[in-house]
Amino acid sequence: MSAGPAEDAVAEVARQLQICNACRYCEGFCAVFPAMTRRLEFGKAEVDYLANLCHNCGACLHACQYAPPHEFAVNVPQAMARVRLHTYSDYAWPPALGRLYKNSGLTLALALATGLALFLALALALNGSLWQRAPAGNFYRVFPHNLMVSMFAPVFGFALLALSLGVRRFWRDISPADRALDAPRAAAAEATRDALALKYLDGGHGEGCNEADDRFTLSRRRLHHFTFYGFMLCFASTSVATIYHYLFGWHAPYDLTSLPVLLGTAGGIGLLIGPAGLLWLNLGRHRLHGDAAQQPMDRGFIALLLLTSASGLALLAWRDSGAMALLLELHLAAVMALFLTLPYGKFAHGVYRAAALLKWAIEKRQPSRLQLGSE
Amino acid sequence: MAWFFGKQGANPMADRLYDVIVIGGGNAGLCAALTASEAGASVLLLESAPREWRGGNSQHTRNLRCMHDAPQDVLTDSYPEEEYWQDLKKVTGGITSENLARLAIRDSSRCRDWMRRHGVRFQPSLSGTLQLSRTNAFFLGGGKALVNAYYRSAEHSGVDIRYEAPVDRLELDDGRFVAARLGGDRIEAKACVLACGGFESNREWMRAAWGQVGGEWVADNFLIRGTRFNMGVLLKFLIDAGADAVGDPTQSHCVAIDARAPLYDGGICTRVDSVSLGIVVNKRAERFYDEGEDFWPKRYAIWGRLVAGQPGQIAYSLIDAKAIGRFMPPVFPPFEAQTLPELACKLGLDESALTRTVDGFNTACRGGSFDHTALDDCATSGLAPPKTHWARPLDTTPYYAYPLRPGITFTYLGVKVNERSAVHFSGRPSPNLFAAGEIMAGNVLGKGYTAGVGMTIGTAFGRIAGAQAAAAVLQGKLRANA
Repeated sequence: MSAGPAEDAVAEVARQLQICNACRYCEGFCAVFPAMTRRLEFGKAEVDYLANLCHNCGACLHACQYAPPHEFAVNVPQAMARVRLHTYSDYAWPPALGRLYKNSGLTLALALATGLALFLALALALNGSLWQRAPAGNFYRVFPHNLMVSMFAPVFGFALLALSLGVRRFWRDISPADRALDAPRAAAAEATRDALALKYLDGGHGEGCNEADDRFTLSRRRLHHFTFYGFMLCFASTSVATIYHYLFGWHAPYDLTSLPVLLGTAGGIGLLIGPAGLLWLNLGRHRLHGDAAQQPMDRGFIALLLLTSASGLALLAWRDSGAMALLLELHLAAVMALFLTLPYGKFAHGVYRAAALLKWAIEKRQPSRLQLGSE
Repeated sequence: MAWFFGKQGANPMADRLYDVIVIGGGNAGLCAALTASEAGASVLLLESAPREWRGGNSQHTRNLRCMHDAPQDVLTDSYPEEEYWQDLKKVTGGITSENLARLAIRDSSRCRDWMRRHGVRFQPSLSGTLQLSRTNAFFLGGGKALVNAYYRSAEHSGVDIRYEAPVDRLELDDGRFVAARLGGDRIEAKACVLACGGFESNREWMRAAWGQVGGEWVADNFLIRGTRFNMGVLLKFLIDAGADAVGDPTQSHCVAIDARAPLYDGGICTRVDSVSLGIVVNKRAERFYDEGEDFWPKRYAIWGRLVAGQPGQIAYSLIDAKAIGRFMPPVFPPFEAQTLPELACKLGLDESALTRTVDGFNTACRGGSFDHTALDDCATSGLAPPKTHWARPLDTTPYYAYPLRPGITFTYLGVKVNERSAVHFSGRPSPNLFAAGEIMAGNVLGKGYTAGVGMTIGTAFGRIAGAQAAAAVLQGKLRANA
C-alpha cells in the first residue's frame, strides 16, 4: 500500500458511503445523502464534493445504527472532515503553500508573530516609541493612511486571488460538466440562501445540530451567524471608511455615531460573541465529532478572530489614551495575521462549502441518471 | 468524606420503590415508560444493553405503518383501516388476532402526534421506497434517531434508566408481578411492563427451534439482522412459569440478506434487492422459487424462509450486466465473472449444473417488453418453477452474484395478551404484568411480515401497556386508601 493520507481519507469516505447508500436513513438531515443517492461509486471528485457539502452537524453520527462500536464503524462527519483538510491543502494556491494547512497552529502563530514584529518595528522606526497619544484618537499619526493601504491591500488582494484560484480548480474537478457562472439563476439563488442561512445546520427539522450529545441545538448556527455577519459588518465598516476617504475626503478618526464606527462596533461585538461561543461549543463537542487533528486549525482561527475583534474594540474604547498606539499595533498585527492566513486556514471552509452548495443546487435540478426501480 | 463524595457504590435507584418498571429499552418499552410516566406513575426502565447499544431492534427500524383516511404530512393518499387489516390478514395467512390487530391499526392513525411530542420527527419515504409513501411514515434519521428522542424525553420526564441491567427472572405470585431480579438485585414495583423482545439472539434456542437436517443445525446458518441482546430470557422464564404462549418458534420476520453480513446488527443495509432482476439458485445450482412473483417490496419478507428451506441455508442471486443500476445498491460488492463456469467457481457451485440451469432459464424466456416498474409480460414458459415477470435471459457479461442467507429480524413466539396488553396465565389475565413489542407481536403476526408493522405493534401495545400499568398502580392505591 503506497497510498498517502489523502487517498486513505478518500477511500475511507468511499467505504462508508457504500454502507450509507445501502441504508439511506439520514436522507432528511442534509444535502449530503440525497446527493449520495444519485451515485453508485465514490471516486476522489465525488468524495471531495460530498465532504465539502457536509457541514459537520453530527446528526447522522448520532442517528447511525452502524456508528462505533458497530464493526462497520461509520462516522461520516469525521471521515468527511478528514477529507476536507486534504481538499484545502490539495487545492491551495500556490500549491507549495498547501502544506500550511497541515500545521495550522504553527502557521497562525508565525503569521501573528510576523504581524506583531512588523508593526512594533514600524512604530519604533516611525515614531521612536510604542506608546503614543494622538489628538482625537488619530491613528494616522502612528501609521499614515497610505502606508496602511499599501500594506493591507496587497495582502488582502493576494488572499482573494489565492482562494479564487483554489476554488476554481476545485470546481473544475468536482463539476467538469457545469460552469459555475452558467448556473441557473434559481440554483445560484438557492445556494446563496443555503450558505447565508446555514440551512444545513438546522438538522432537517429546524431544531439545529448536535454538539455534546444527541440533543439538537441552534447554538452553533446562531453563533456562526454572529461570527460571519460580525465579520461582514467589520468589512462594511472598512469599505464605507474607504469611500469616505477617497470619494469625500472625510478622513478618520470618525465620530462615535458615524457609520464606519457604528458598523465596526456592531461587527466587532458580533465577532466577539460569535467566536467566543463557538470556542465554548468546540471545547464541549462530542469526542466522535469531526477530526481531532484539526482542532488547532479550528481553535486557532477562532482565537485569531477573537483577538481581532477584542483589540479593535479596545482600540475604539481607549483611542484617546496613551495606550492607543500599542492597541493599534496589536490590532493591525491581528488583522494582518488574519489576512495572511485567510487562504491557508479555517476560513477556506466557507469558500469550498459555498462551491459544493452551488454544485448541489445545480445537480438537484437535473434528472438522476440512475434508475434503481421504484424511485 | 461520604458527606462530600456521596455513598460510594450506592445505587440510588435500588432504594426507591417504583410504581412501574419497564423491562426493555426499545420502542415498545420506551412508549410504555413515557405513557406510564405521563399518567403520573414513577417509572424505572431497565435496558439490558449498554448505552451505546440501547434500543434493541428499534435502532434498525425506519418507519411505522400507518392507517390514515386522507393525505397527511408525510403520507400520500389514504390507507383505511379495512385495507390495512386485509393486508395484515393476507401476509399472516389469517394466523392473527383480528381484535388485537385492529387495535394496533387504529392506534397507528393517532399515535404520531404523541410521538412528535416526544421528539420523533417524520420525513417522506426515502429514495428507493416510493412504494411505501402511502402506507408508511418514515422516521427522520431512522430508528436510532427515534430511540434517542424517546430516551431524551424519558430522562426529561423523570423516568429513571439503568443500562446493562438484564433481568434474569421475575417474582410472581399467582400471576401477579412482585419483583424483578437481576443477579443479586431485587427490584419491587407495583406493576411491570415486559418489552424485552424475542429470542432471536439466542443461538441455542434457535438451534432447538429449527432442529437438524443432515446432521447440521439449520439455525447455525442464520444471521441476526438486529440486536445481540434479545436472548429471550424472560420469555422462557414466563412460559416455564405458566404464562400462555402464542406462536411458532420457527416463525419470524425473516428476509434474505447478504451472506457476508455480520452475525448481529447488520440492519437494513445487508438486504439484497437484485432477486427479481435475475434468478436465484441454491447450492446445487438449481432454481427453487418464482423470482418474479410480485414486486420485490411485496416479496422480500418471504425469501428468508425460502432460503432457510434450501440445503445449507444458502442461495445465490444471479444477475447480468443489464440489471446493474436498476436496484438499490447493496453494501457488499457482488462476485463478478465473465463466464458462467468462472462465476460457478467463485461461488463454489458445480460449473455444469449452473450452466445447465442458466441455459434452461434463458431458453424458457418468452421475450416481451421488460418494465421493471410494472408487472410486465416477460415470463418463462415450460420451466419449473416459472419466473412470471421480468424474465430476461442472462446473456450480457459480466455476470454478478450475491450470496444469500436467512436474516432473522425478530421471532414471533411470545406471550399471549389481551386488548389491555395483560399477560395471561392459564387463560387469566395478570392484574399488573403487561407485555408489549416483539415479546407479544406473535399475537398479531402468526407468520409473514409487511413493512413497518413491527413498529405499529410496538408503539400501540407499548402505549396500551404503559397506560394499563399506571392504571393498575392507581387502582392499587385507591384500594389501599379505601
